[in-house]
Amino acid sequence: MRSEVFYIIIGMALVTYFTRIGALALFRFTGVPTWLNRWLKYVPVAILTALIVPSLLLPKGYLDISLNNHYLIAGIVAAFVAYKSRNIIATLGIGMSIMFVLKLI
Amino acid sequence: MQLSNLISGKNELAEEVWVALRECIPVVLGVVPFGITCGIMGLTAKMSGVETILMSVFVFAGASQFIGITMLGTGITGWGIIILTTLLVNLRHLIMGSSLAPYMIRLPFPLQALLAFFLTDEAYALTISRIHKAKYSVLYQLTVSTMLYLVWVLSTVAGVVLGGYISDPLTWGLDFAMPATFLVLLIPRLADRISLIVFGMAAVVSVIAALYLPGKWYIIIACLIASLIGGLLEGDSEHA
Repeated sequence: MRSEVFYIIIGMALVTYFTRIGALALFRFTGVPTWLNRWLKYVPVAILTALIVPSLLLPKGYLDISLNNHYLIAGIVAAFVAYKSRNIIATLGIGMSIMFVLKLI
Repeated sequence: MQLSNLISGKNELAEEVWVALRECIPVVLGVVPFGITCGIMGLTAKMSGVETILMSVFVFAGASQFIGITMLGTGITGWGIIILTTLLVNLRHLIMGSSLAPYMIRLPFPLQALLAFFLTDEAYALTISRIHKAKYSVLYQLTVSTMLYLVWVLSTVAGVVLGGYISDPLTWGLDFAMPATFLVLLIPRLADRISLIVFGMAAVVSVIAALYLPGKWYIIIACLIASLIGGLLEGDSEHA
């Protein structure tokens, strides 16, 4: 193990941990202020959207709105199944099957 | 009486762990191809197997590991730039930490410190959805967090071991498991007008930002703007 790589790994671990504990350490004694609480209410919707939509529309790093974008097609079907069933297994099963079929054809 | 309370209490705890295990399986499956890719990438970047695995053990952050490994592979060994990039890529965890803070600050601090180490996109998404559906459960968060961690480390090991034998697993389309699972977590939340507006804003801003900004900035920007608008709309409707 090279020592410079080891230090880089430790450094990465420390800053990553800082981002994960930061908010908790900050609000530990004060509690979360009301104005921030209101702002935070919509964070789950915003983060989930920001994780999903670009991964479907830009799976290779560029905008791809076409029938060749398997992620987009499978994503639209999966969204429909998720809406109808609210079931992870059904959504994942149908979504992955469509991905698989699209790869074959 | 006490005994039966104790037993039903135990059953509730076991039930919570069981629900957590069941709900995290799809997400955990989605993590596997990324872990394997991480292991393979480490080798192609001329890192040793031990170095690659230790990075997964200590850092436990997919995107920043990919970026860090790529930088090491291109000969960048200055620690400053790699660590700064890691910090920027992971800043989004500050927002997720704030979002969970109202629930987590009641826990004993050592437990908070432990759970914070495991705070990933996936653990956050699952935990916050559990809160939405039932209530905050530390056992639930701990279970999904440990599962995600174990699978991340083990799949990195698998990538290092299999390295030479398999091609890039992300080309198989297995990474679709992640957005598909997140869709099931997102859609039940889109039940009111403000949530739909927040969804639309986050979609537009994240796509535009993903096109023009490097790294994971699109998540931070889209989240800040869309959730701020949601908060402001919420405030207006309260006063009206």
